[in-house]
Amino acid sequence: MKYAGLLVMPAGFFLSIAAIVLFAEPMQRSVFVACGLAVEALGLAVAVRGHMLARGEIRP
Amino acid sequence: MNPTMPAVSTMPDAVFALTLALLLLAPLAIAGVALINAGLGRSRSAAQALLGNVAIVAVTAIVFALVGSAFAGCLPGGAGHSFQLAGKPWNWLGAGPFLLGGMGAAPAQSQLALIFEFLAVALAALLPWGSGADRWRLAAGCATAAVLAAVVFPLAAHWIWGGGWLAQLGVNFSLGSGFIDAGGAGTVHVLGGLSAMTVIWIAGPRRGKFPKEGFSTAMPGHNAAYVLFGCLVSLVGWMAWNVAGAILWVNAPLAALPLTSINTVLSASTALAATFTVTHVRFGKPDASLCANGWMAGLVASSGCAALVSPIVSLFVGLIAGIATPLLVELFELALSVDDPSGAISVHAAAGIWGLLAAGLFNPKPGQFVAQMIGIATLLGIFLPLVYLLFWLLNRVVPFRVDPDGERIGMDLHELGGGAYPEFVIHRDESYR
Repeated sequence: MKYAGLLVMPAGFFLSIAAIVLFAEPMQRSVFVACGLAVEALGLAVAVRGHMLARGEIRP
Repeated sequence: MNPTMPAVSTMPDAVFALTLALLLLAPLAIAGVALINAGLGRSRSAAQALLGNVAIVAVTAIVFALVGSAFAGCLPGGAGHSFQLAGKPWNWLGAGPFLLGGMGAAPAQSQLALIFEFLAVALAALLPWGSGADRWRLAAGCATAAVLAAVVFPLAAHWIWGGGWLAQLGVNFSLGSGFIDAGGAGTVHVLGGLSAMTVIWIAGPRRGKFPKEGFSTAMPGHNAAYVLFGCLVSLVGWMAWNVAGAILWVNAPLAALPLTSINTVLSASTALAATFTVTHVRFGKPDASLCANGWMAGLVASSGCAALVSPIVSLFVGLIAGIATPLLVELFELALSVDDPSGAISVHAAAGIWGLLAAGLFNPKPGQFVAQMIGIATLLGIFLPLVYLLFWLLNRVVPFRVDPDGERIGMDLHELGGGAYPEFVIHRDESYR
């Protein structure tokens, strides 16, 4: 799960880049870039959740 | 070199001298962070922590001089590596000379930019060191610093400061002036804070930090005096850093420099006041280490926007940073089981992102906010996974975490053979309860 979250994050980045390449309208660009950031936030949340340790567990 | 800069040869002598003097003061920011890193760790790891800070500065200087500066492209060399997409050039890698070749003949502004980047890479690499305190091996810390200085930081520096595709968003896509990061909020602090997060993930928490029963164990820093003095030392460095960055990266006129300096102080001050109030309300008394975190978060946020905004906005930026920082520190530790002794994720990554957003939010240029969002998306979406991958591979070669016995006796004795305070009585080991 932790790796899946980290893999989702570049997808959000490419969504942001696609926004500025595909759209000229400022509002459309803003919304799509915001969507890209939202995807990254989702990926980050999954990665953080995946790295959470059970209580008392120590990573070697 | 950033194409929006004026012709390098036109830099007046007075501006050159001022910028050079500021850059000679800027290492105080590094000294302040080093003191904070050492003070927030345990007494039995203090010497290793401070030696690590010095070693990391040394390693980054050597590696950046040998390799990284070429990829950052701060000295005149080739045109940089570009590809075409949607009819626009995307400059993604610098093509400067290796081993600082031709530095003596480089224009004055390029030389100053190189000094700035030397300091920036050292500070970025120091941030994870504080987060890995008390369990991160010295050799691994130096190895990660080398990776950051050779690969990761040069990419970010080229994209943001060296005329790369993020800097050219304004020219190519009419997004304001392109991604602006005058004081290194993104290139240094977000990058360093995200690197700190990967180190914590890979190395894991300190032994006994999250016991099977009850809440997380409080492991307070061993020397609040170091931490708070580090905050004051950092202020001097930060003021110099932000003003030098304003000259080098946004071409601020001389008349605008006092405002940049005042904005830096205002942001830190309101952040401290806000954190003081929040911790007083939550705990009944102000918390010294969290107040130090709030002060530093205000400085970090100012790195993103001090050169671009008014004093009122700086007060607001500091206020938000100061309120958010103690809450984020608590969230990461209690809710997300992230053991971050120096608070680098909250203080540097989160506050840096806020500073960069503020630089777009309060900028009247059309498209500037979108440019800032794309810069942040790049830092999160490209650099976090890249750093994680590189550090994960590095951990296979140079294990990050010290063995349990080393953690028990302390990093000083285990790695250096002697402690920072040999006359102190070693106190009870509360982590093995």
